[in-house]
Amino acid sequence: MSELFKVSSNPHIRSKVTTNGIMLAVVIALMPAAGFGIYNFGPRALAVLLVTMASTVLTEFLYGLYRKKMTITDLSAVVTGLLLALNLPVSIPLWMAALGGVFAILVVKMLFGGLGQNFCNPALAARCFLLISFPKAMTAFACDAYTGATPLAALKAGEQVNVLDMVIGRTAGTIGETSVIALVIGACFLILLGVIDLRIPGSYLVTFALFTGIFGGRGFDPAYLSAQLAGGGLMLGAFFMATDYVTRPITIRGQYIFGIILGLLTGIFRCFGPGAEGVSYAILLGNLLVPLIEKFTRPVAFGWQRGGKGREK
Amino acid sequence: MNKAGERIYNGLVKENPTFVLMLGMCPTLAVTTSAMNGLGMGLTTMAVLALSNLFISLLRKIIPNRVRIPAFIVIIASFVTAVQLLLEGYLPSLNKSLGVYIPLIVVNCIILGRAESYAYSNPPLPSLFDGIGMGLGFSFALTCIGAFRELLGAGKLFGLAVMPDSFEPVRIFAQAPGAFFVLAALVALQNYVKNRRKKAGKPYEKIGSGCSEDCMNCSEKGCTKRFYDGQAAKQEASDEEELTIGSSRRARAKADELEVVDLDKGGI
Repeated sequence: MSELFKVSSNPHIRSKVTTNGIMLAVVIALMPAAGFGIYNFGPRALAVLLVTMASTVLTEFLYGLYRKKMTITDLSAVVTGLLLALNLPVSIPLWMAALGGVFAILVVKMLFGGLGQNFCNPALAARCFLLISFPKAMTAFACDAYTGATPLAALKAGEQVNVLDMVIGRTAGTIGETSVIALVIGACFLILLGVIDLRIPGSYLVTFALFTGIFGGRGFDPAYLSAQLAGGGLMLGAFFMATDYVTRPITIRGQYIFGIILGLLTGIFRCFGPGAEGVSYAILLGNLLVPLIEKFTRPVAFGWQRGGKGREK
Repeated sequence: MNKAGERIYNGLVKENPTFVLMLGMCPTLAVTTSAMNGLGMGLTTMAVLALSNLFISLLRKIIPNRVRIPAFIVIIASFVTAVQLLLEGYLPSLNKSLGVYIPLIVVNCIILGRAESYAYSNPPLPSLFDGIGMGLGFSFALTCIGAFRELLGAGKLFGLAVMPDSFEPVRIFAQAPGAFFVLAALVALQNYVKNRRKKAGKPYEKIGSGCSEDCMNCSEKGCTKRFYDGQAAKQEASDEEELTIGSSRRARAKADELEVVDLDKGGI
């Protein structure tokens, strides 16, 4: 036993998971939705995707140069750009898409301290910024392939919608939100890899379905409920935005509460709000509540009393 | 009259009420949808600020300490009413676009703040110039914010279209969130410039009235006296005595605590 043990400071067990790995997994998981968007809306969708991603990556690169701290290799800018582009209508002017990318990275992420410090999801914040700034361009869903309103708007107006089309994704809408199948394939991939789990999406979707069933005005009509679940950005938001590591609660109970709050907010916005959509604003508002949720769901350390006051005697 | 120039410089740059003191945020964010609105609000506030500062300073020896805030409010409210009637008579369009924010000047914290921290403890003439300086600083800040918001949110400047026709207005700047963005960007810009000039050796310390709520170490005698109403003279005369009294009280408190502890032990 002449061998010396290696002495080092904790942590002694390290996970192999890296930021790059997670981000790469998310990019791969978003590929079906992006691919379907390009197939569905034509080559212009590809242009919007590329411009938005280029703008986020370039912004992160330039900011890294300026602060002399390069963070571009963690791929988070790619994910933000991709998510933002999937949230844009295909007919949006390219400079608006680029402006959204700059806003997402510079104002929402970097000015608050970079990845891990942003208080809300950069892609969603940028989408809302664009939605408020250019309401006309951001809601112009008519394109070569589809004319007329999005299924959710039609549903709100009391018209019948084809649920099968909505599930496959052959409807008007933003580039990445239309196809439920493509999004669920990506989500399954992430769940199998263990990158995300079902706590937030599950509680989100169940709460939302219950809420619209009770307050939607059409009861628990399966056609109506499935159209509500398949419509708008709900799937994209529930699986890819609400589960963002930085802006979700870290406690397990907190994640359930977060999902329930998102479901309630989305339901309120969709049923009682002036517009048909509500996912973006619901998740943004939910993001702002995360510190509070974490404060109230903090687990009690072993040997301590609830409330964190003193050791048990 | 060096003092006057110093007060105006102080209000405009060193202690700009919007960019440095962060006072009067409500009108700053709410009415600056255009440069004209910002300028109108700023100048209206300046008129009230200068006059109320002057009159509060003139009456500072008559106003009793304990009711000074109501007294300030009465003076300020009188001027605001006068200004509002004048605006209604001569500039009805501005009056309409500023709306409820004109009567709300009464509770503007810049005016109350200047009355409290400067006019109440300084002679009339410097107080008047302090009001003018602060008012100019406020007008300048509001006009800047308004100009940026109007330019980006509507493509205009003082109501004139200056951007090319192809410019798509960024609506968010005409709405409340845009006000926060512009304000934050301008504050960041002025901090950046000031920090660079500070490094180059230019003095930028606030003058006197930038209250840090540390009355004991504050060099403004008038100010200290105000908060320790009546006891100030005693305090100044016997700072050491106060210290000894304090320590003896502390010692007594400690003894009490010890006694309690002893009793506890006895109980067990």
